[in-house]
Amino acid sequence: MHIMEGFLPLNWCVFWYALSLPVVVYGACKMSGLMKNSRDVLPLLAVSGAFIFVLSSLKMPSVTGSCSHPTGTGIGAILFGPWITSLLSVIVLIYQAIFLAHGGLTTLGANTFSMGIVGPLAGFLVYKACMKRDVNMYVAVFLAATLADWLTYIVTSIQLALAFPAAVGGALASFEAFLAVFAITQVPLAIVEGVVSALLFKYIVQLRSDVLLKLNVASPSVLKKLKEACA
Amino acid sequence: MKLEYITILVLALFIAAFAYVSSTGNHEWSGADDKPEAVIDVLTGGSYHPWAESIWTPPSGEIESLLFALQAAFGSIIIGYFLGYYRGLAKARGSLQAEEREGNLNARSAR
Repeated sequence: MHIMEGFLPLNWCVFWYALSLPVVVYGACKMSGLMKNSRDVLPLLAVSGAFIFVLSSLKMPSVTGSCSHPTGTGIGAILFGPWITSLLSVIVLIYQAIFLAHGGLTTLGANTFSMGIVGPLAGFLVYKACMKRDVNMYVAVFLAATLADWLTYIVTSIQLALAFPAAVGGALASFEAFLAVFAITQVPLAIVEGVVSALLFKYIVQLRSDVLLKLNVASPSVLKKLKEACA
Repeated sequence: MKLEYITILVLALFIAAFAYVSSTGNHEWSGADDKPEAVIDVLTGGSYHPWAESIWTPPSGEIESLLFALQAAFGSIIIGYFLGYYRGLAKARGSLQAEEREGNLNARSAR
């Protein structure tokens, strides 16, 4: 999902920066509120950020014969919402842009929009919708994390297609061309990410269900049922 | 333990898919993030040139993998530290409660 340095025309770089910046700033405000008022959730915030760090560093081979990497944003989105997750993603993206020549500073806005905003937002909404319908919590986490990962790459395809519409068929045709690069490659990775996210979530439920209540991630009755199933 | 088994199963399937695909043809296993460059070349007829370059590029593949490994290690240690800390905390709380219960029983039998 990293669009490489210089690979978006200047006007598109500005456009994606303009869309992403307010979200990240709002996320920063929310995070500083969290740091002031609920310090006991900060370890889980660190774990969510660290999960993004780990997963986005793993380039895994996929069924299409090329390698890609998961995003790891699902956990953060479920626990702290998409706003704060956008800020966590920016930290990772800046690290990779500066030290790894992976992604870039000109394309930071676009990459933040796909990995830090649309992916986590979709994951967050899917999780909330699942919980409302009494879907098993781990299934909900799986679906949310998988979708957050996969949609990130779909958005990247859209961003590239908008910037480089094909001479014949326009942006839709080039969208298909970029989808061919990302969409199928990402499916197995997204599934692995979803399962690993659900596993990590199980440990969080076992160890800090009080924080999940506080963050309004799960209702007391759901947590009670899950803990009884574990015991 | 059920979720652990599912995770292992999914990982095994993932590795099996890799083994199958790499045995059936020649693949480059290159990064998908680098592939759009070729697509852009086709779409624009080679007329688009990136207008900015990375401010620093790892001088070799080894250094690049070092930095990626550091990124993963840094993240892993945070996850492991806090989950381990919470686990220890839960255990300590559990044994404290058990001790209190025992203490109460002793006090009662003395009476």
